[in-house]
Amino acid sequence: MNKYARNERYVAYVENKSPKAGWFESLFHAFLMGAAICCLGQMFSDIIRSFYPMMDLLTVGAWINIIVISLTIIMTALGVFDRLAKYGGAGTFIPISGFANSIASCAIEYKKEGLVFGIGSKMFFVAGPVLVNGVAYSLVVGIVYYIISLF
Amino acid sequence: MLSALLMYLKVIFVGGSICMIAQLIVIRTKITPARILVIFLMVGAILGGFGLYNYVVEWAGAGATIPILGFGNSLANGAITAAKTDGLFGALSGGLIAASAGIAVSIGLSYLISFFVNSKTKKD
Repeated sequence: MNKYARNERYVAYVENKSPKAGWFESLFHAFLMGAAICCLGQMFSDIIRSFYPMMDLLTVGAWINIIVISLTIIMTALGVFDRLAKYGGAGTFIPISGFANSIASCAIEYKKEGLVFGIGSKMFFVAGPVLVNGVAYSLVVGIVYYIISLF
Repeated sequence: MLSALLMYLKVIFVGGSICMIAQLIVIRTKITPARILVIFLMVGAILGGFGLYNYVVEWAGAGATIPILGFGNSLANGAITAAKTDGLFGALSGGLIAASAGIAVSIGLSYLISFFVNSKTKKD
């Protein structure tokens, strides 16, 4: 059998096997899960602001990120987050929880390959591209802004 | 009371819509989730670089900061605000300083927790 025919058959097989939740339904699930995580963040932000009214918006934003990240990692360790991710799809990985979950689950997954090349490097399997791109863009934005501000 | 309720409606609308757009991309194209994360981060950094995303953050609060777009925005925004005060050094260091707390917590806590939890073999 030639290679192309085999590839085509394989693609057809995968399409057949992959779950076919109605796409309207999965959009609704993503909306629901994303909205729920953001509401949780807003709730924590309101609580922090009621205790420390003088705190500026950036610090509050950093704190709610920290809280959501910590909750996600604990839920990943308990194995609850996988079920949420299956339900929510993009609703769970687009919020900052997806970034935290990708680091935590990779760290747990590759633990058996050792401390340095297991946890240490494979931890960034998904989060690495995000960090690299983010840092690179922030450098570009900062330098462009600095050069513009000179004139 | 009413204004608080309105704020939560905005959070639900903005946060939910961003996730729904991402889900639409997942369904309609073959782009993998990791690529979508990077694309959304890039969009956030570009909007943050032009200072547009701050209006969304002001309007929708956590609905705009929790999605990965907000992470990109805080990286770009941090670089700009630090460049204003510290010049070139601020432009180089500001992005990571703004995002450092989140990155440090996610790396440190994941590292700690991986000592205590073992991966389960997947059963279908």
